[in-house]
Amino acid sequence: MTDPYKALDYLAVDELYTEEERMVRDTIRSWVSERFMPVIEEHNRNATFPTDLIPELGELGVFGSSLEGYGCAGLSSVASGLICQELERGDSGLRSFVSVQGSLCMFPIHAYGSEEIKQKYLPKMATGELIGCFGLTEADFGSNPGGMLTKAVADGDDYILNGSKYWITNGSMAHVAIVWAQCEGTIKGFVIDTDTKGFQGRGIKNKFSLRASDTSELVLEDVRVPKGNMLDVEGLKGPLSCLTQARYGIAFGAIGAAQAAYDEACRYSQIRVQFDKPIARFQLVQNKLVWMANEITKAQLMCWRLGRMKEAGTMKHFHVSMAKRNSCWMALESCRLGRDILGANGITDEYQMMRHMCNLESVITYEGTHDIHGLIIGRELTGEDAIL
Amino acid sequence: MEIVVCIKRVPASDTTIKIAADGKSIDPAGVKYELNPYDEFAIEQALLIKEQLGAGSVTVVTIGSKDAQKELRDALARGADKAALLTTDQWISDGASTAAALATWIKSQSCDLVLCGRQAIDSDNNQLAPNLATHLGFACITEVNKLELADGKFTAERDIEGAREVVTCPTPAVLSCQKGLNEPRYPNLKGIMAAKKKPLEEAAAELPAAGLEVVSLALPPERAAGKILGDGADSVPALIDALRNEAKVL
Repeated sequence: MTDPYKALDYLAVDELYTEEERMVRDTIRSWVSERFMPVIEEHNRNATFPTDLIPELGELGVFGSSLEGYGCAGLSSVASGLICQELERGDSGLRSFVSVQGSLCMFPIHAYGSEEIKQKYLPKMATGELIGCFGLTEADFGSNPGGMLTKAVADGDDYILNGSKYWITNGSMAHVAIVWAQCEGTIKGFVIDTDTKGFQGRGIKNKFSLRASDTSELVLEDVRVPKGNMLDVEGLKGPLSCLTQARYGIAFGAIGAAQAAYDEACRYSQIRVQFDKPIARFQLVQNKLVWMANEITKAQLMCWRLGRMKEAGTMKHFHVSMAKRNSCWMALESCRLGRDILGANGITDEYQMMRHMCNLESVITYEGTHDIHGLIIGRELTGEDAIL
Repeated sequence: MEIVVCIKRVPASDTTIKIAADGKSIDPAGVKYELNPYDEFAIEQALLIKEQLGAGSVTVVTIGSKDAQKELRDALARGADKAALLTTDQWISDGASTAAALATWIKSQSCDLVLCGRQAIDSDNNQLAPNLATHLGFACITEVNKLELADGKFTAERDIEGAREVVTCPTPAVLSCQKGLNEPRYPNLKGIMAAKKKPLEEAAAELPAAGLEVVSLALPPERAAGKILGDGADSVPALIDALRNEAKVL
């Protein structure tokens, strides 16, 4: 069956994008419809990631799509945001996979790696031959990553790392890990081949959310890393600069999930008959659809503006916080409203609504929770820091 | 081998068509357009031939308004080398004038092979390939769904009524491409970025006076609602009777 998806564009936001940006968006949209939608429910049910599609994603050029050189596509910020939007219309797990590869792994190597490290990893990561993961969060240090316990100690020409990381996307399938650790009184990042002795990725099982995504624990026991694999950045600003990139992608991505929810709910309301009329003819149902369309449109405009600021170099991390926070919240609420419109049918995986809804519980949590982003915005508005 | 691919911008197959006030054309407002799906096979085949030979060029050409730049850029993003837009504001429904204008332009190029889709899904004329071949004096094979190139000679397969025909021809040739010929590639993101730097020339289409005129255009009648004749095995005789006497399909 062909994917019936039609994207909402109530205020002709399309006209704000360039022709290339639309072409990029449409290409990824078709790929998701034709290649990903037919397999996602099965993978979600079995808690597997469609690894066979990774080479196709590499061929399309979605990994590190906004980076220049090293086999990357060098797209505009808005285009790379729209890629995230279209991928997450398929599944948040798919977008997470691409975000981690590009924003969290290729970005720091590109920004802080030596030329040798860049040449070694980036071209193969762009094609998807090498998969990356990003180790910042620990089981007891989520919103407070600065408290991390993982340590790196110098030993001759190497560093020796010990510790563990938790909630790591791609952690079991990755070939290369960016691991952040306490080191000589600050926080440093290391590029580690995951086949190094003492490095282990263990899948976290039985998730309700992001089922079609590898979420793992990383365990590091005396992992020896050459000094040349240390990234040239100090302190939390290293990992936080990566998170700013990834949060930017999530802000666009969550709109895709909301679009999927709106599209499914709207179509359902037009064919589902109760009391001898389609439920779309009931005011309460219309009100829910209007809420969704309204919030999706506002988020589209916010992200478009954010993207243009990123291209102009004026985007700050606290701008990204507003868009990430808004998009995730409105997408999750849209799925809840959409599930309501679908009635009992909405609880099965014949419909995608609850898959997106459950996924978004992670998306609204990771890369800075809804509340933490509120506090980042609040700090910017008032000058008062309510986090520390 | 120098290959020219003729493409067309057509209303998307899932767009809603409304008839314009003149009753002879479609109302363009709100219509979504796309590259004619059969032309995707033609573009892909051109790229495959160029890759096989490791030499030559692929040029895409269309006749239409400036909006058709989008479909040309799509072909450039997939890997075509250059594009030409033969501009006109007319809505052309006459396959013979389309072919004449394209042939005039192709004659000004170095060209060994012309590829096109079997037909455009808007007017469904299915006339372009043989018409073009006549103008150009090229060999012509239509509705090709398998193609091999060896020693400068094409061997093509095509489905005909109840059989499969194998035909060969030398270059120069015009081939029209049928579904199944190949699996069209997605334009990749680097290709999309490269497309804007590739040459896209524009020239006025040299259209002869049209020999055909669309007199009227109407939407097909709406399909009548289905009928439920009953439930279970007891209703089978009524169903057979309806199929035999009402629908007259048995």
